[in-house]
Amino acid sequence: MIVLNTEFVPGRTIVEVKGLVQGNTVRAKHVGRDIAASFKNIFGGELQGYTELLIESRREAMQRMIAQAQQLGANAVVNVRFATSSITAGAAELYVYGTAVVVAEEAQAVE
Amino acid sequence: MEQLFFLGITVLLLVMGLVIGSTVESSHFRRLARREQQLASIMVSDLRRLPVNWQASDGMLVTGEAVIATDYFKVFVAGLRNLFGGRVKSYESLVERARREAIVRMLQQAQSAGANVVWNVRIETTTIQGKQQGKSGGIEVLAYGTAMKAWGK
Repeated sequence: MIVLNTEFVPGRTIVEVKGLVQGNTVRAKHVGRDIAASFKNIFGGELQGYTELLIESRREAMQRMIAQAQQLGANAVVNVRFATSSITAGAAELYVYGTAVVVAEEAQAVE
Repeated sequence: MEQLFFLGITVLLLVMGLVIGSTVESSHFRRLARREQQLASIMVSDLRRLPVNWQASDGMLVTGEAVIATDYFKVFVAGLRNLFGGRVKSYESLVERARREAIVRMLQQAQSAGANVVWNVRIETTTIQGKQQGKSGGIEVLAYGTAMKAWGK
């Protein structure tokens, strides 16, 4: 499955547009209970544990979007966008959406 | 006597935040400059389409993410700023670090894919809540774009 955030697929032609596909996850955005983060909040620096949590949430959301695209019979998702929004004080939703399309194999070769 | 003790703790945390925080920050900036130089051969753009005479192949989504925590000193200075208004320089460096780190990680993904351009770059920023209500715990930056092998420039 090809996934891109451009409207076109370089080197390929879009043959059919299947429609909007999406995936999302809701995660906690509170570092209050994390002891390591409490120390970091005195000295500063990167919160690696939190970064990994976000990367994992994003991967999960993208997997859901790709699964939807596969169900539609698409072989690529274009124009992918991310949106993050606060749900409550302690939670945020990561939303990924794009357009599922069918692309043809390398049609134009570079002469 | 008790008030003096708490005042002492606050001053200690402030000093620790300032000293260790600025050391961490300047070493991070140095590491960023070095890695950005290594990745300088990759062209980065937020344009949506390729210029007319270019060709490209092998497009894939690349992402980079960074979460940087605020330190005690930054929160204190920002609190003072909230009384008088104006630029919060202590937070500006925080956001810059998170943004540059996210972009560097995105470019590293592009480099390992063998791409020479990253197109249609988008950047998203969110705040992380800290321990106390209303205080900032940190900044999260997500940078994403499409890595491609492009030629015909």
